[in-house]
Amino acid sequence: MLQTIALWVALPLLSIAVALPVIRLVRGPTLPDRVVALDVMGTTAIAIFATYALINAQPAFLDAALVVGLIGFIGTIAFAYYAERRL
Amino acid sequence: MIAIIQEIISIILMLIGVLLLMVAGIGVVRMPDIFLRMSAASKASSLGAGCVLLSVAVSAANIAVTVRALAGLLFLLLTAPVAAHMIGRAAYMIGAPLWKGTMVDELKGHYDTRRHTLSGIGAQPSQPRRGTGPLGDNL
Repeated sequence: MLQTIALWVALPLLSIAVALPVIRLVRGPTLPDRVVALDVMGTTAIAIFATYALINAQPAFLDAALVVGLIGFIGTIAFAYYAERRL
Repeated sequence: MIAIIQEIISIILMLIGVLLLMVAGIGVVRMPDIFLRMSAASKASSLGAGCVLLSVAVSAANIAVTVRALAGLLFLLLTAPVAAHMIGRAAYMIGAPLWKGTMVDELKGHYDTRRHTLSGIGAQPSQPRRGTGPLGDNL
């Protein structure tokens, strides 16, 4: 039951949620807009990996979710430093 | 019986998390301003992904899976506010435009944008400039 709901309800909604910030990524006026859109996409990717680990009963995807979260955090920090020191 | 309760709690948490992530995505697209976009993005998306991870942690029968999901949740809750603060500060420094309905910009004139320090400590605070919102100057 849980895996059926996760497969047929949660994953389609999550794919919509990860596709929506692409609009902001394309037409965001400034650099921080694009960074925020990438941040939201990374957080949604963590949720997608966790859902996929639940569906397939593969706990290794949770490690992948941790790594994606770490890389997203470091990327956001690096973009913030770059945007601030660029002037 | 325990398994049924576990599954119901897990389903509810997963649906809440997915809906919050949808709200975050819509907010990033529809909000008018970088700071309002961040307000929608950082809070709703970290809470949504946290709910999904908590759902995985509740539904797992194995302690290793639960510990991994809770570690991911802790990491997310620790890093999301730091990243949001850094990118918001950078956006304010490089002069990202505010929404035209913004009432008051409390930080205007207080940041030294060359030295990147807050210059209001100990100094006489100047009157914050008020915008012309829909409620006028009386807020």
